[in-house]
Amino acid sequence: MTVRAIWKGDLKLDSTRVPVKLYSALQDQTVRFHILDERSKTRVKQHMVDPDSGKEVSSEEIRKGFEVEPGTFVILDKEELESLDPEASREIEITRFVPPNEIAPEFYDRPYYLGPDGDQTAYFALAEALRSKEKEGVARWVMRKQPYVGALRAEGDHLVLFTLRNAEEVLSAKDLPRPAGRAPDKKELSMAKQLVELLKGKFNPKDYQDEYRARVREFVAKKAKGHAPKLRLVKTKRQGASLEKILSKSIESLKKEKRAA
Amino acid sequence: MSLVTTGTRLGNNTRRINTVATRKRKKRKSSEDAQRRARPFWSGTITFGLVSVPVDLYPGNRTNRAPLRMLGPEGEPLARRYYSQKSGHDLDQEEMVRGYEIDKEKYVIVTDEELERLAPEQSRDIDLRRFVDLESIPPLYFDRSYFLVPAEGSEKAYKLLSETMEKSGLAGIATFVMRGKEYLVAIFPENGILRAETMRFADELRSPKDIDLPEKKKLPAAAVKKFEKIIAKNSDRHLSLKDLKDEKTAQLLKLVEKKRKQHKDVVEVEEPERDEGKVVDLMEVLKKSLARKRKTAA
Repeated sequence: MTVRAIWKGDLKLDSTRVPVKLYSALQDQTVRFHILDERSKTRVKQHMVDPDSGKEVSSEEIRKGFEVEPGTFVILDKEELESLDPEASREIEITRFVPPNEIAPEFYDRPYYLGPDGDQTAYFALAEALRSKEKEGVARWVMRKQPYVGALRAEGDHLVLFTLRNAEEVLSAKDLPRPAGRAPDKKELSMAKQLVELLKGKFNPKDYQDEYRARVREFVAKKAKGHAPKLRLVKTKRQGASLEKILSKSIESLKKEKRAA
Repeated sequence: MSLVTTGTRLGNNTRRINTVATRKRKKRKSSEDAQRRARPFWSGTITFGLVSVPVDLYPGNRTNRAPLRMLGPEGEPLARRYYSQKSGHDLDQEEMVRGYEIDKEKYVIVTDEELERLAPEQSRDIDLRRFVDLESIPPLYFDRSYFLVPAEGSEKAYKLLSETMEKSGLAGIATFVMRGKEYLVAIFPENGILRAETMRFADELRSPKDIDLPEKKKLPAAAVKKFEKIIAKNSDRHLSLKDLKDEKTAQLLKLVEKKRKQHKDVVEVEEPERDEGKVVDLMEVLKKSLARKRKTAA
């Protein structure tokens, strides 16, 4: 399977340019369902209707409006909306560099692998420099009429460009009140700490599989053959004992597990 | 109902249906509106060791700050409806089913109940079986962000978990099934609140090899030096949120404000009894939810 580039551009750092191609770093594994009309078992379509009359409004008649207060809309026509489109460009401007982990996880959106478009030396030299300097670039660019903010990182020997969420799109816990409630006592805290220590390890992505997705696939395949397995809902019990008792039990059983391993 | 069905393939207007929850949610009438909005996106349980902490989950991102509504010729807000291509009639939720295409125009129908039952109760718990250094996770894995807030009565265990994690500086890793999909998550505290960052599974990511990217060759030291110089010159110790500002939306809001002042293209409609497309202030919902807990905890 060959993966095709989705876009081409130039990374621009000061006056230096590095021509690159963008490839999606994601491969969709979703089990895709279609919405069907139950009677005819055909795919449904969508349209816009006036909810009062139930009549369809054709796409040429549809106008777009911003709701400034409940029930009050300011209508923006096509020309006005187009005037907001940024100027087309092939430049991915790297405005500055920051240490990795300066950008919090919640900002990262979609990753794209970059590949060299011609000059391989400049491409690999930039990746190498990002790694040796332990930095991440902050980027801005316009792709298919949309403005993006992003991050440029070295992953192994290669470059990855991430789209980032805008500052306005991320909610910060710092603006929220800390959860209330009685503070846990020392004994509980030290036991919980012990528990976390026992579970401490490395993040190894290969340790995790989407088992649910596999089960859905298997079920669909069986049902297609005409023998859908019967499914039962299994309930689990919840704790009733005191926090301290549960913690000590947990620690015990984990230690046992470790010894057995 | 037959298991395998045949039908005509028309158009490619497809959308993934998620689960029972999504479908029921959409159907709710506006009288329950305020209530619905204050309701969490999902409720579940975090377990670590044998301790279980019931939590409510809320989105941690806003997707669109300035969504535009589709309006009719008179400025009346429109609704998106599904319709049958066979009969031409609009369809209610209960007139639609979910189908997996096994062959051209041949579908296996999968019900909400079946999807629900494919997830054993246990798989719905966020079972923290490993704690790792958050900074060791490559950002390639990060997908979406949520907040987990204590559910009724779980404040004590919640606080114990978040304080322990805050002190250790570690993130908890787990998989769990939520609304018809399995998620891999990293959970870490921020201001005493647990954030759940969903992550991609390893098989959802391509490698440079999959893309056939060239491999690194020997580099002249001068080429690397040149970039190192540029990096050193343009480095900051901290990220400025100004760099991540959404300029396009700011311009759109400016234009809207200008037109409003000039009374240009402003329409007022009687707001119909509907909640489609309305903007929910997530921050307010979260604050309210935490405040409610505050009361019950006191």
